[in-house]
Amino acid sequence: MKVAIIKYNAGNIRSVDHALKRLGVEAAITDDPGTLMGADRVIFPGVGEAGSTMKYLKERELDTLVKGLTAPVLGICLGQQLMCSWSEEGDTSCIGIFDQAVRRFPEGELKVPHMGWNSLDRVNGELFPAYLKDSYVYFVHSYYVPVCEDTAAETSYMLPFSAAMQKDNFYATQFHPEKSGDPGELILKLFLSL
Amino acid sequence: MLAKRIIPCLDIRDGKTVKGINFENVVDVGDPVELGAKYAHDGADELVYLDITATHEGRKLFADLVRRISEQLNIPFTVGGGIDRVEDAELLLSAGADKVSVNSSAVRDPELVDRISGGFGNQFIVVAIDAQWKDDRWTVFVNGGRIPTDRELFSWAREVQERGAGEILFTSMNHDGTKNGFACDALRELSQQLSIPVIASGGAGKKEHFVEVFEQGMADAALAASIFHYNEIPVPELKNYLKKNNIIIR
Repeated sequence: MKVAIIKYNAGNIRSVDHALKRLGVEAAITDDPGTLMGADRVIFPGVGEAGSTMKYLKERELDTLVKGLTAPVLGICLGQQLMCSWSEEGDTSCIGIFDQAVRRFPEGELKVPHMGWNSLDRVNGELFPAYLKDSYVYFVHSYYVPVCEDTAAETSYMLPFSAAMQKDNFYATQFHPEKSGDPGELILKLFLSL
Repeated sequence: MLAKRIIPCLDIRDGKTVKGINFENVVDVGDPVELGAKYAHDGADELVYLDITATHEGRKLFADLVRRISEQLNIPFTVGGGIDRVEDAELLLSAGADKVSVNSSAVRDPELVDRISGGFGNQFIVVAIDAQWKDDRWTVFVNGGRIPTDRELFSWAREVQERGAGEILFTSMNHDGTKNGFACDALRELSQQLSIPVIASGGAGKKEHFVEVFEQGMADAALAASIFHYNEIPVPELKNYLKKNNIIIR
């Protein structure tokens, strides 16, 4: 199986690569359109800031490329947010796979960023079998996608939000499966075996 | 619910794990990659690797070790020590570090915090602060607790939050190595003054201290070294104890 990780100017690409290696998968880290379109699985990782990242993707036309992919795609963290239509972070127009607006957690009540292990309170969809309910996964983020029709897993921090999403061949997690211990590894395994 | 985090800290010198008592009398306690994997398996929520020689002796960054750690671990880890420039942080990021921690270098060059958070996001930068309570004031120290500065804990913590720090790792030098408990009053004050998470460090000796640091100290995470390295309080035992005491724990 050919697995490609989209190479761009955002964070934790190496740790995603290492997580796949632990599962015995050798991924290509690439921004080459041909390789990405020919891949059986594409992972769209991300740590960073929405505005500058979207600018980088647009300059290379990677935004339209991602939207047009037909193989299963997994967005992670900022990847999930950029797969929505708009982000409050820098008033950024995003890729628009999920018709959702990304919001910032409100100030005051609790610490922002939402950082650490939180539980999956509600799960559904192919990557989230029922026994993953109440599993803890690792989050680091200040912006969130509200619960919507594409929500595949739900977590609460001040309010319930989309811990994971799914629509057609597009999957996304707000948390970091590559850093989420055994449940994270399971989710990656399920994605690879779709 | 968001869980409180338990974070073993591995001090690294010359590629080996060490733990100093009051930052002195360093004792070798094992291979950093192996020890990290063991902690992850035991249920540690996160790890911190600090290159304790880097700051004052200007040692080369330990990017190769970081890469090996990243290959092994399926939980997040922070690395620190001698990160003076954005390029140092970028090198560690590309090696697979989830976060970097800066301490003395941020005091010397506060804009480093802006530059790292601007380049890689707030979540990528932890500002570690070593401070000592003396003459009615928490004085910030640099160079591994060797040199006092004119900075004060709370104002410095607020400043780095403003500059884009994603978390504060506060070590009370009065408590570190004593095993008499964390600096809960200062931690509580810090937590109330800040909107970013606070990691408590220094003074863990008993399981009860962790209940105190989460309840009274309002810490988001607690870090310790020797009690874990010497297996005085194994991580699974500590987590069970905290659960029994109604602390939300993974």
